[in-house]
Amino acid sequence: MMKLSLGPILWFWSKQSVFDFYGKAAEWPVDTIYLGEAVCSRRRELKPDDWFDLARDLKACGKEVVLSSQTLIESEADLRRLRRICDQHEFAVEANDQSALQVAVRNRIPFISGPSMNIYNVATLKVLARQGLKGWNLPVELGRETLDQLIRGLKEEGLDLPAEVFAWGFLPLAWSSRCFTARHYNLPKDNCEFRCLEHPDGMELRSRESQELFRLNGISTLSGSRYDLMRELPDMERMGVSTVRLSPEHLGMDEVVKRFDQVRRGEVPATDPLQLVEAPPCNGYWYGKPGMDLVG
Amino acid sequence: MELVCPAGSLPALKTAVDNGADAVYFGFRDSTNARQFAGLNFNDKRAAEGIEYAHARGCRVFSAINTYPQPDGWVQWKGAVDRAAALGVDAIILADMGLLDYAANKYPHIPRHLSVQGSATSYEALSFYKDNFDIRRAVLPRVLSLDQVRGVAKRSPVELEVFAFGSLCIMAEGRCYLSSYLTDESPNTRGACSPAKAVRWQETPQGLESRLNDVLIDRYGPGESAGYPTLCKGRFEVEGSVYHAIEEPVSLSTLDMLPKLKELGISAVKIEGRQRSPAYIADVARTWRHALDNLEARQNDYKVDPAWRNTLSGLSEGGLTTLGAYHRKWK
Repeated sequence: MMKLSLGPILWFWSKQSVFDFYGKAAEWPVDTIYLGEAVCSRRRELKPDDWFDLARDLKACGKEVVLSSQTLIESEADLRRLRRICDQHEFAVEANDQSALQVAVRNRIPFISGPSMNIYNVATLKVLARQGLKGWNLPVELGRETLDQLIRGLKEEGLDLPAEVFAWGFLPLAWSSRCFTARHYNLPKDNCEFRCLEHPDGMELRSRESQELFRLNGISTLSGSRYDLMRELPDMERMGVSTVRLSPEHLGMDEVVKRFDQVRRGEVPATDPLQLVEAPPCNGYWYGKPGMDLVG
Repeated sequence: MELVCPAGSLPALKTAVDNGADAVYFGFRDSTNARQFAGLNFNDKRAAEGIEYAHARGCRVFSAINTYPQPDGWVQWKGAVDRAAALGVDAIILADMGLLDYAANKYPHIPRHLSVQGSATSYEALSFYKDNFDIRRAVLPRVLSLDQVRGVAKRSPVELEVFAFGSLCIMAEGRCYLSSYLTDESPNTRGACSPAKAVRWQETPQGLESRLNDVLIDRYGPGESAGYPTLCKGRFEVEGSVYHAIEEPVSLSTLDMLPKLKELGISAVKIEGRQRSPAYIADVARTWRHALDNLEARQNDYKVDPAWRNTLSGLSEGGLTTLGAYHRKWK
C-alpha cells in the first residue's frame, strides 16, 4: 500500500498552532511527517530544539519523521540552521536545495530530495543515488507521463529509489529574496512584523477579473488553486509511486487525510463536504497541461 | 572582470564582439536553452561561423544548454552537449545534474559553467557542483544582496559570474514554476517564461489588456506604456488593492556597484538579453565596456558617466533600473 506523508508546514503558524496540529497528526493515518521551516529564515516560532522534541515525540507515536531544510539558502545564518538539522543521526533530511545535499552527503546522513530539487531525468537520479539519496519527490511541474518514464528508467537501472508525489494542497511554485507579504504591508523585509502569522493560509493574489491566481506566503508564491490528485491514487499505485504527499492546511486536514487513506485502501468514500479553505481545484500538471487547469 | 554578452543571433554575436565583449553566450535553436524564442538562436552552421568570428577577435564563446531534459528529451539534450563540444566552444553553461555529469565524464577538458538555472545560492551548494562535476564557474541567482554575495564569494570554490544588466528575475532561478502554472511552458521545461504563444493583446473599453493564456496580467489606461506581459510583472489584486504585487517592470543595473563586485573577486559580469536586437546589444555592450575599462584605469576613482546611465535607462523596461536584490532594501 502506498504511504501517506504530511509535507512541511509551508505557512507561518504560531507555536501553539504547530503543536496542536502535530498533536492531532500523531493520531492520523499518515506514515511520514516532514518537519521544519522550509520557507523563511525569519520564521522562528519554534527553535531547533522544539523541532527536535516534536520529531522525537512523533517518532515515538510510530511516525517516520524527516527534517525539512529551508528551500532558499541566502546567508551564513541560513547555513548554520541547515548544519544544525544535518548534525544528528536520528532522522533523515529532506534536502530542498543543493546546499542541503552537500551538507547531508558530507555528514553521511540519509536524505530525500524535496519537490523543489530539480530532478527531471534518470541521469540526475543516478548522480544523487551515488551520493546516498534514499527517496525523491517529483518536481511539482512534472506530470504523470514523465513520472512513469522516470520510474521505469530507475527499474531498468536496477535502482530502488522510492518516488513521492505532491498530491494535495497549494503548490509551492517560487521563492524570492523579496517578501511579498511585507511588500503588501509596505514593510521592509527585515522588519516585517511577522505579518504572515495573520495569514495562516497565505494571501490571495487575484487578477483584476477576480481570478484566483496565486497565494502569497512570505518569500514564497503558491498556486491559487488547490492541487488535488486524489482520484489518481489507483493510477499512482499501479505506476509504483511509493508515497503520496499532502501539504498541511490549518482547516479540515484530518478529513483530507481520512479521505486519502480511504482511497488508498480502495474504500472510496462518499462525497462529503469538507470544511476547507475555499479555493478552486486544479490538476493540470499531472496531465502535462498548465498547472492551473482542471482536467476531467 | 570579464564582460559576458548575450548572442541571440549571428548579427547580435558579431555586434557584441565588435563592441567589446570578452565572451558571448548562445543557445541552439530549440528548447535546450533558457531563451527559446521563435526565430532566435543558432543552428550548427551559424554557431560555427560565430565562433570563428569571435575567436579571430580574441573573444570567448560559451554555449548555454541550461534547461532540464525529461526522459524523452534526454537524447536531444545530450546531443546538444556533443554539438557544443564538436563546435569547439570555450565553455558549456549547464544546469541539469544529469547533463553536468555527462559533460564532465565525456568532455572533461571543456570547462563547465553552472547556469543561473542551477539555483546555487551558497558556497555549500557551489561546493556540491564543484565536487561532483568539477565546474569552473557559476552564475549566481539574482536573489542575493551584496553582503550575501560577499559571503558566497569569500568561500566559493569556483569563479563567480553575476548579472549586471537586463531583465530582472526576482524569483530564485531554476526553481520558478509560475510560468508553467499559467501556461504549459516554464524556463526549466521549455526554456520559456510567459511564452509569446500564450500572449494576447486586446483593446477594450477599460483599456489595453495583456493576457497570458487568457489570464489578465495587466490593463493599461490612456498614456500608460505597456510592457510584455511577463507574469510576475503584472498588476494584481491582493486584499482589495491593485498594484505590482510581485515586481514592477524594471531592469537590473549594477553600474554603480562595479568597484564592489571587483573587490569581492567576481570574475565576470553578465548581460541578460539573447532575445534583444543587435542594436540593443551594441549600445549595452559598448556602455559596459566603457564602464569596465574606466574601472580598470581609475580603480577607486571609478565614476559612473551620466551618459552611460542615460543609454541604459533608455534600454530598460519602463525606462527604470534597479539594483534589485543586491540592495537589501529592495527586498
